Amino acid sequence: MGGMGSVYRARDLHFPNVVKLVAVKEMINHARDPLVRETIVQNFEREANILATLSHPAIPRIYDYFTQNERSYLILEFIHGKDLETNLNDNPGVFTEEQVIAWAIELCDVLQYLHTHQPEPIIFRDMKPSNVMINQHNHVVLIDFGIAKHFQQGEKGTMIGTEGYSPPEQYRGEATTLADIYAMGATLHHLLTRRDPRLEPPFSFGERPIRQINPQISPELDDFIITSLQYDPEDRFKSAEAMKEALLKVAHETGTLPRRPVSTARINITSSIKPLWYFKCEDEIRGTSQFFQGVLYVGSYDNNLYALKASSGEFIWKYPTDGGIVSKPAIADGKVYFGSEDHRLHVISANSGNIIWTYYTDGPIRSSPHLAEGHIFIGSDDGYLHAVNMISGRQVWKTETGAAIRSTPLVSHESIFFGTEAGDFYCLDYRGEIKWRFKAKRSITSSPVTEEGVIYFTSLDSTLYAMEAKTGWVIWRFRMDRGSISTPFITSGRIFTGAIDGQIYCIDAHSSKEIWRFPTDHQVTGSPMVYNDSLYCGSVDGNLYCLDYQTGRLRWKYLTGGPITSTPVADDNLVFIGSTDHNLYAFSA
Amino acid sequence: MSGILQKLFGKRKTSSEGGSRISQDREKTLPLPANQPSVIVESSMPVGTHLEPPQFIVGCGQSIGRVRDHNEDALFTLTTTLVGDSTKIPFGFYIVADGMGGHIHGEIASGVATRAMASHVIRNLYTPLFSVFPQSPERSLQEIMQEGIQAAHRAIKSQAPGGGTTLTALLILGDQLTIAHVGDSRAYIVHPNGRIEVLTRDHSLVKRLEELGQITAEEAAVHPQRNVLYRALGQGEPFEAEISTSPIPSSGDLFLCSDGLWGVLSESEMYQIISEAKSPAEASQKLVAAANAAGGPDNITAILVHLPG
Repeated sequence: MGGMGSVYRARDLHFPNVVKLVAVKEMINHARDPLVRETIVQNFEREANILATLSHPAIPRIYDYFTQNERSYLILEFIHGKDLETNLNDNPGVFTEEQVIAWAIELCDVLQYLHTHQPEPIIFRDMKPSNVMINQHNHVVLIDFGIAKHFQQGEKGTMIGTEGYSPPEQYRGEATTLADIYAMGATLHHLLTRRDPRLEPPFSFGERPIRQINPQISPELDDFIITSLQYDPEDRFKSAEAMKEALLKVAHETGTLPRRPVSTARINITSSIKPLWYFKCEDEIRGTSQFFQGVLYVGSYDNNLYALKASSGEFIWKYPTDGGIVSKPAIADGKVYFGSEDHRLHVISANSGNIIWTYYTDGPIRSSPHLAEGHIFIGSDDGYLHAVNMISGRQVWKTETGAAIRSTPLVSHESIFFGTEAGDFYCLDYRGEIKWRFKAKRSITSSPVTEEGVIYFTSLDSTLYAMEAKTGWVIWRFRMDRGSISTPFITSGRIFTGAIDGQIYCIDAHSSKEIWRFPTDHQVTGSPMVYNDSLYCGSVDGNLYCLDYQTGRLRWKYLTGGPITSTPVADDNLVFIGSTDHNLYAFSA
Repeated sequence: MSGILQKLFGKRKTSSEGGSRISQDREKTLPLPANQPSVIVESSMPVGTHLEPPQFIVGCGQSIGRVRDHNEDALFTLTTTLVGDSTKIPFGFYIVADGMGGHIHGEIASGVATRAMASHVIRNLYTPLFSVFPQSPERSLQEIMQEGIQAAHRAIKSQAPGGGTTLTALLILGDQLTIAHVGDSRAYIVHPNGRIEVLTRDHSLVKRLEELGQITAEEAAVHPQRNVLYRALGQGEPFEAEISTSPIPSSGDLFLCSDGLWGVLSESEMYQIISEAKSPAEASQKLVAAANAAGGPDNITAILVHLPG
């Protein structure tokens, strides 16, 4: 195809008693015109001569070169290691700030060496992860000194001669030392965000702020990369030397080594937030509360459903069941509907907490009720989805699924949607007949949500699904690092969900592209919730997090006395969350 | 050598070194061949009639234009209506591809890409959907579309090496519209009230510079590199199309075209022709004719899908 042939690993037989490995780079001359062929070979030899005079630990040594017929060869130092692109592909995680800074300082050094070369500066021109090797001692080595370029003139690699890492001036045919600075910034951006710039519009790094994608990165390093990536070359660092100085300053300010002073800053953030009130139950709160007309209804593992005054946390009444309550109550017509692990669906007066009726299933109820069309739809660990008349409390039908249903049914598009612990996802009609069924690889505890004709839910198979409501066809799948039982939250074309990998994810609903993710210190089993412009989400690490929902940036967090598995609820500028420390907390939103 | 210049410096610009480029100065305007604009009439049902069962009415048109000497655009349409027992499955799949100008592989690239994309989607989506026991594929619609794009990308690399093409594909399934897009062909929603919404983003260097505020719209219109794409099928690695899914509007038209059409017709001209035509077939024909009347500097391709609402 192109000019690049192969790179071979070879042994130098001049030294028969030792194993001396070299790299042999083969380039093929495709030019038909003899004059062009000749020029290509001359250019190659001229550059090989220049490179042979270079001596720097981050530049492979050149031992020899020769041309035979249409092939030219360069004999180079063999580098043990992997290039950064391979490193990126082989490691699912992001590189740490400390590691990237260490490599970047070495890159500045070698760029400075090249740019101050006499009589003429050498411009590397092609800084990108695949051209930076990390050797076995974790030092950088630049490879592919553009020497192969002469052989590639007939090949059309890219549209505008840039591969996502190149600066804007390149399309005008300009290449100065400042181009290398931009390309290095682009390379670092890719390393820190894992967003391949070749898959994005050109010059769009500003649209992918590093800290939005990877909040672990310090603002100082972020600023450093922003400066490197300025559209106008004059706005970038003036030289590799200036770049290195700036980088050392970043390293100094952030303390490079293990923990940055950010943790103390976080403590400050934390301590400034205090709950307005909290209410202590006799056991854990695992389920989600419901707000209705100034009253908060919340179930506890102490078997009671509590009604509290939302503004003050003042106790109004409690209603005892014979099992733990782990779900979210529903409210309609002055009645509270909820399931309990005592196998029953309870219906009580919202005012007094007095029982109206109960409905028995054959297993603990951990699903929350959905009220629609005069009926209550609720799943049970007995493996049935139950449809119950809201007035009479009588069963209208029940549909067997063969596995516990902990997912809360969704009624929409004249259908009932829910998942099961066996990993089946059902779409039923109003008579309880199956319209379609989908099988995930693991259980679906998450509850479906819908917007614009699409159903969203997560599964323990590590996938967030988007499904066509009518047909059950999967529109897209988003892979998370681990499974999830969290129910997605949708607003303004974005899906938010948690996973047991400890992350809170923000995904574009139309393109299924990740917008940001926020790492907590333990599993996220509850669901995120957006209120005003804040996202609230609990984590098993015990914190309630408040993030800027656009960027995923932390606004504050509050540490409760136990893991949080429930979902926050907000109303009247108040945010409520229950914790397994037995408390229900209220914060001002 | 001339290939890369063509690629680097525009889809259809004259390059100083390449002697064989099409140039408006040197090339005589070709007389219109007798058979154009060629229009495939799929249905002559007048627009505005309420149809039961709900179905898409599709028209398409294509022309070599008045300047070029060969056609490098490709198009594909497939519309199916299945109504039986309780199932009602509307399915539509439409592609417009515009090969990279001048180069020997330009016309091959658009055709190769369209065939690869269409056959992938038909095999993986269409056939299972209309089998006796319909079974949804394990992969998602977006994954199948992305695979189709990759298949088209590979097909160009093996069958038309060096060639490149734009490709814009619309998939209608159920209530959702999925778009896969590379390059500067466009997909629009033409709302009944005259509002025209562009669903795609041109992968054009000059458009990008305009987005970044580096040049003005006026500068962009005359920019020497205005035909340079930063993304095209068959070019560059790694490669990904932009794919997104949104609900199908309840009424109006979906409109797909190459830049030979949108480059010379304003949105209001498009709307006027579409709203005045009796059928999508007639509208497509007239759109192509209007682009020719405006000079027809490039190949012209149009697909119009009238929505059932």
